[in-house]
Amino acid sequence: MADAIADTRRLFAKPQNLNDAYGPPSNFLEIDVSNPETIGVGRTRYTTYEIRLKTNLPIFRLKESRVRRRYSDFEWLRGELERESKVVVPPLPGKALFRQLPFRGDDGIFDDSFIEERRHGLEQFLNKVAGHPLAQNERCLHMFLQDESVDKTYTPSKIRNA
Amino acid sequence: MSFFGFGQSAEVDIVLNDAETRKKAEHKTEDGKKDKYFLFYDGETVSGKVNVTLKNPGKRLEHYGIKIEFIGQIELYYDRGNHHEFVSLVKDLARPGELSHSQSFDFEFTHVEKPYETYTGQNVKLRYFLRATISRRLNDVSKEMDIVVHTLSTYPELNSSIKMEVGIEDCLHIEFEYNKSKYHLKDVIVGKIYFLLVRIKIKHMEIDIIKRETTGTGPSVYHENDTIAKYEIMDGAPVRGESIPIRLFLAGYEMTPTMRDINKKFSVRYYLNLVLIDEEERRYFKQQEITLWRKGDIVRRSMSQQATIASQRFEGSDRSSSEKVPEPKEEKEDSS
Repeated sequence: MADAIADTRRLFAKPQNLNDAYGPPSNFLEIDVSNPETIGVGRTRYTTYEIRLKTNLPIFRLKESRVRRRYSDFEWLRGELERESKVVVPPLPGKALFRQLPFRGDDGIFDDSFIEERRHGLEQFLNKVAGHPLAQNERCLHMFLQDESVDKTYTPSKIRNA
Repeated sequence: MSFFGFGQSAEVDIVLNDAETRKKAEHKTEDGKKDKYFLFYDGETVSGKVNVTLKNPGKRLEHYGIKIEFIGQIELYYDRGNHHEFVSLVKDLARPGELSHSQSFDFEFTHVEKPYETYTGQNVKLRYFLRATISRRLNDVSKEMDIVVHTLSTYPELNSSIKMEVGIEDCLHIEFEYNKSKYHLKDVIVGKIYFLLVRIKIKHMEIDIIKRETTGTGPSVYHENDTIAKYEIMDGAPVRGESIPIRLFLAGYEMTPTMRDINKKFSVRYYLNLVLIDEEERRYFKQQEITLWRKGDIVRRSMSQQATIASQRFEGSDRSSSEKVPEPKEEKEDSS
């Protein structure tokens, strides 16, 4: 009369292929933002950062790439993603207008500690964005990460995997 | 409402005939407290006594009638004034007159239909109760006694498994399987998640049980979702070809049977939500409805309704649900 003990045996599962189990994972994506360099003189100076990407995701055309970008390029990318995709895009590190005012004691936006703070924020931003499946479909992201230079007159489009 | 020392007043009390033997069930009230009430099933007879006690033993009590009602009603919290009664039975106990002393009245509601289960939710309440009323000129004296009704089912004939392949193109493909689509309240969900393609960095995976209470009809439908359980089934990053087992014991959670379109007023449905979370806290999920049903406690409950009613006719109101030593009533042997 007591209830039969419930059958809690596992469902049958195909045994895993050893290559799948021990091979390299297919989700490898590493992005580094480093080597800040300030270019130019006087009022027209600006800082660029090196963006290095290593991946085995098929959606990226190049498995390794290295480009240089400045803060306004990041702002452009964020704007494009917000408009074109349905992604909630994370915020960029601050614009630091305050630091651009004259008569400061330090180097303003070319101050080493500020550049390091910004570099770190940009790296976090890119890692969050580049790993998003919907953002990966946007042409603007791939152009930003892997093309030689950013063409702001491009036509926005979606990537279809080869 | 009685005016002390101003004429006669009375107290009303309802006592069930099988109060000693009938099982009680715990039920959470609207304010969250847990109380015990007598447990009834569909078709069972509700019988007992209404005791009227006069407060001032010398005086008489004038009244316009004494009655007892058995009521099953649905109450929507946003529309408290309108109670929708789906069961309403009345027995008159005394015609208008006078009571000179405290008295007891027998009542019996035979084989009452109780089609739905007692339910107290976020926006709606379904309850069954007895109400004894002494009608008087200025104010009635009444007493309510709530009971709890459970609806029982047996193992469904058709209980296919839920098996599906879902994902994001070229990013994440999984195949999930749950061993059944209909589970009883003390059942175990046995399943597995098989990873066909993993191109995102998964941090962990969990299964949530979600209860959705739907009230209202047409344009004013309102869903109230409540996550009853969150159960982590995987911690860490899976790769292609991995199979993650699921074993989720339902007995540990407070749930009701699935209730579909009860008296066209409300529904209570349950869903399994499979959630994958990646390293950037992005959530990927797939929701699937399951049907919950209540299994009877003892073998006898799973007999046909006719047999249980027939046995009641012979043994009276005795409805004990504990394992019994055969009683010296011959008729009982026949019916079991």
